[in-house]
Amino acid sequence: MIGRDLLGTEDLDRADIERILETAEHMREIGRRAIKKVPTLRGRTIVNLFFESSTRTKSSFEIAGKRLSADVINFAASSSSLKKSESILDTARNLDAMDPDAVVVRHAVAGVPKQIADVLSAPVINAGDGAHEHPTQALLDLLTVRREKGRIDGLTIAIIGDILHSRVARSNIYAFRKMGAEVRVAGPPQMIPAAIETLGVKAFTSLREAIDGVDVVMALRIQNERLTGTYLPSVREYSATYGIDREKLKFAKDDAIVMHPGPVNRGVELSHDLTDHRPGVILDQVRNGVAIRMAVLYLLSGRPQDGDPRVDLGSGEEK
Amino acid sequence: MTSQQPETQPNTRPPSGGRVVMDDVAIRRALMRIAHEILERCEDLEHLYLVAIPNGGVPLARQLAANFKQIADVDVVVGILDTTLYRDDLKIKAERPRLRETEMPSAVDDRIVILVDDVLKTGRTIRAAMDALMDFGRPSSVQVVGLVDRGHRELPIKLDYVGKNVPTQPDEEVRMSGSDGNLDGALEVVVMPGEPESSGGTR
Repeated sequence: MIGRDLLGTEDLDRADIERILETAEHMREIGRRAIKKVPTLRGRTIVNLFFESSTRTKSSFEIAGKRLSADVINFAASSSSLKKSESILDTARNLDAMDPDAVVVRHAVAGVPKQIADVLSAPVINAGDGAHEHPTQALLDLLTVRREKGRIDGLTIAIIGDILHSRVARSNIYAFRKMGAEVRVAGPPQMIPAAIETLGVKAFTSLREAIDGVDVVMALRIQNERLTGTYLPSVREYSATYGIDREKLKFAKDDAIVMHPGPVNRGVELSHDLTDHRPGVILDQVRNGVAIRMAVLYLLSGRPQDGDPRVDLGSGEEK
Repeated sequence: MTSQQPETQPNTRPPSGGRVVMDDVAIRRALMRIAHEILERCEDLEHLYLVAIPNGGVPLARQLAANFKQIADVDVVVGILDTTLYRDDLKIKAERPRLRETEMPSAVDDRIVILVDDVLKTGRTIRAAMDALMDFGRPSSVQVVGLVDRGHRELPIKLDYVGKNVPTQPDEEVRMSGSDGNLDGALEVVVMPGEPESSGGTR
């Protein structure tokens, strides 16, 4: 049983994750059809409420909604009344008055999707809030790994980069741990949160130790524009120490895959030769992103029972 | 009708409270007869395309394809089409039904599509299947095979080929299953008594 909303992978249990992945596997097939559309959410309205700029996540949700025949409306912060100093909650209440069936929220401040969910009657899906969570990214990463490796249980994943500011890292740590994987994190010491071990991960400052024998290397994007000067003395130094290249990848398992949530800073997180080495995995992440978002929209679109705000996913078995 | 044990499958026994209306032998005979009927009606064998509705339709369609091979030495394509996302009750249901496999190996344009399902009741699944099929192309015609027709139609849908007509109460449950829990082995169709609070099938 998952909540009415999807605010983070921290709230999901293993059965919820399995159900979402299984549903997404079937959604992938729709993307291969000549007519990439099913009538499932016909007449439903999905609002993309993006207070922070995003191209691929917003497009991914938009495509997902449209493939399910929903009407998708994009609200960008720059064009909305937030510029006219309306408060977030007032925006949310006004939105609610338009009776959307689902609202996808991205905001630079952690916790805003939850605040909005508390006043909306429609389900809220977190598309990234500050350094808190980005659950659909973690779910698409799980799907990508499972399709590549055939399982998640028992694998070792190394997440490399700015763990401190990364909602992708946080959501992936919860999700991969729940699915039985070992998770390691590595990055410059100032980018590793102090109590990260309490999430059940091993922290490294040595990249070589972190990726020793791992099945998956996940490089995070270095947010150049935000970090240079304060957290990161030099991008070149970062790249030399933590950038993944063919040489460093030798310490991982021979069949290790390299992932990246995108967009890749070529030559920083991943070397040029690696960006072009099996680029299929990173593009598969994008493809799987649409399928995961279709699955989440489908699963959260059940009509809640009166008085119970939670949607019972149940087993889904036909009686 | 009383329950009967197929002689070739000593392990097969009906679940408690259910009556077996078709055993493995009866199902195989019906599929052989239906294969002959299809061949009789369709002159253009190259254009046949069997499309199974999961889960029950899949082993039936595969058996039909094997029968075509045996009778007429033709290879008929078998596709699998899940109708879940086309259901007409998704707007009113709280629970999200589990999706099943869709695998359509070739285009349906200008093909004679034979939809294959195990148990037919309301006709709503066939309605959904036809809508789904049209998203894959434009078949030259669509025909329907149902192993068991239990009546209680709610839409103007009729079967072109029927394994067996089985009169039932609306609240009874009719299910095709493998005796060992999967659909690869021996099959049987069982009628289960309705439960007091049964939500009723939509097949």
